[in-house]
Amino acid sequence: MSEITKTDVVIIGAGPVGLFAVFELGLYDLKCHLIDILDRPGGQCAELYPEKPIYDIPAWPEISGQGLTDKLMEQIKPFAPQFHFNRMVTRLERQPDGQFHVETDEGEVFETKVVVIAAGGGSFQPKRPPVPGIEAFEGKSVFYSVRRMEEFRDEDVLIVGGGDSALDWALNLQPIARSLTVVHRRAEFRAAPDSVKKMFELVERGSVRFELGQVSGLTGEGGQLSSATIKAAEGETEIPVTRLLPFFGLTMKLGPVADWGLNLHENLVQVNVETFETSEPGIFAIGDINWYPGKLKLILSGFHEAALMTQAAKRIVSPGEKVVFQYTTSSTSLQKKLGVA
Amino acid sequence: MAKITFVTFDGVRIEADAENGSTVMESAIRNAVPGIDAECGGACACATCHVYVDDAWQEVTGEPEAMEEDMLDFAYDVRPSSRLSCQIRVSDELDGLVVHVPERQA
Ligand SMILES: Cc1cc2nc3c(=O)[nH]c(=O)nc-3n(C[C@H](O)[C@H](O)[C@H](O)COP(=O)(O)OP(=O)(O)OC[C@H]3O[C@@H](n4cnc5c(N)ncnc54)[C@H](O)[C@@H]3O)c2cc1C
Ligand code: FES
Repeated sequence: MSEITKTDVVIIGAGPVGLFAVFELGLYDLKCHLIDILDRPGGQCAELYPEKPIYDIPAWPEISGQGLTDKLMEQIKPFAPQFHFNRMVTRLERQPDGQFHVETDEGEVFETKVVVIAAGGGSFQPKRPPVPGIEAFEGKSVFYSVRRMEEFRDEDVLIVGGGDSALDWALNLQPIARSLTVVHRRAEFRAAPDSVKKMFELVERGSVRFELGQVSGLTGEGGQLSSATIKAAEGETEIPVTRLLPFFGLTMKLGPVADWGLNLHENLVQVNVETFETSEPGIFAIGDINWYPGKLKLILSGFHEAALMTQAAKRIVSPGEKVVFQYTTSSTSLQKKLGVA
Repeated sequence: MAKITFVTFDGVRIEADAENGSTVMESAIRNAVPGIDAECGGACACATCHVYVDDAWQEVTGEPEAMEEDMLDFAYDVRPSSRLSCQIRVSDELDGLVVHVPERQA
């Protein structure tokens, strides 16, 4: 087992609500680690609508999804939160001493007094293409991301998709793969023009094969792919394939949150509206992931929940200490924490 | 106003009244049409509101714009009749529209 990271609070999900929780918790001296499966902060705002304007953030008549994320990052900077991206939280277990162990799919373990689930609509996960039987090959010869390039050396690689991930990996893997084919449903790509140009240069030189169409079938045994069928307007062709990389974007799936023994209401975590604590003391849920009577899935509601949750979290981390309510405008001690006094 | 018929993958027909100016996706969600997820709420950012426009209606609904065409890359089993239902605006012209829901969205 890898080394254990100790902290006051682990926040699962670095969407807008998880980010703002760092601020509220920080005012009460609670140190946070945030874990997110995405490669950057912002959750839905950054992944689904970075350029779209939001009109109902108080005092911001108009701000984009990315703009809001950037502002939140600036606001929480004084509290030096630690981010762990590209990781999914898979396990959450209470220890005999009452603390929690939070584990990621990368094998890290965090020991924490309080857990804040700010998992939104669930973790973003790659979409699985509608190819019959694809599940049987996943993890052995079908991958949704490249974690180790060596897995692709001297293999017959098939990349499906027309976005930046598809093209970047086509360019990166081509030199080490035995053969590399790109399949996309149309001749246009939504990717950096430079990558598109480079790929077509490789196609002209015969180093990359490009097929217009969709993957309709896979064959192989024991999880090991041997060929793929490509359906195009003119009919079907079968090509040798030992590694498949489909890039069809992301979708939100509740994921492991459902397995942590918490009371759920239609796939949302039930909370008490005074503290936003779940059915397990010490585990809180805020933002889109929670449910209580009257819940609205608004960023604004998540911010409010973060403030109330903090009061209860503080009492768990520092038992016996009086929780003093203060304003940032007038409290010098809060201003010191913010680095402005 | 337009009447829209959604045909689910199992062949069930669901009829809905849609207001001019709203989107076909909104009418699917309001009528709980199974198989339309619309995760991004109509932002043309998720491709989970994918439908096939019935052959008879493709000329009226027209072609997807560039942004929608890009997003369709992330949909499953895309065909020439594929559209993202959040990008089809309802008008009187669409009265009687028939769209088919694909096997799955994600
Ligand atoms: C198109 C669109 C427009 C919207 N417009 C508005 C608007 O105008 N106003 C408004 O108030 N709201 C709006 N919303 C809703 C708003 O985006 C959400 O309420 C908000 O993002 C919720 O924030 P969150 O932090 O709770 O969750 P999210 O933003 O969903 O973030 C949760 C994060 O947790 C991560 N995660 C989940 N599970 C795990 C796990 N097990 N391990 C690791 N990471 C995990 C996810 O990857 C994700 O990054 C809109 C939403 C969409 C899609
Ligand atoms: S609802 Fe997301 S693309 Fe249409």
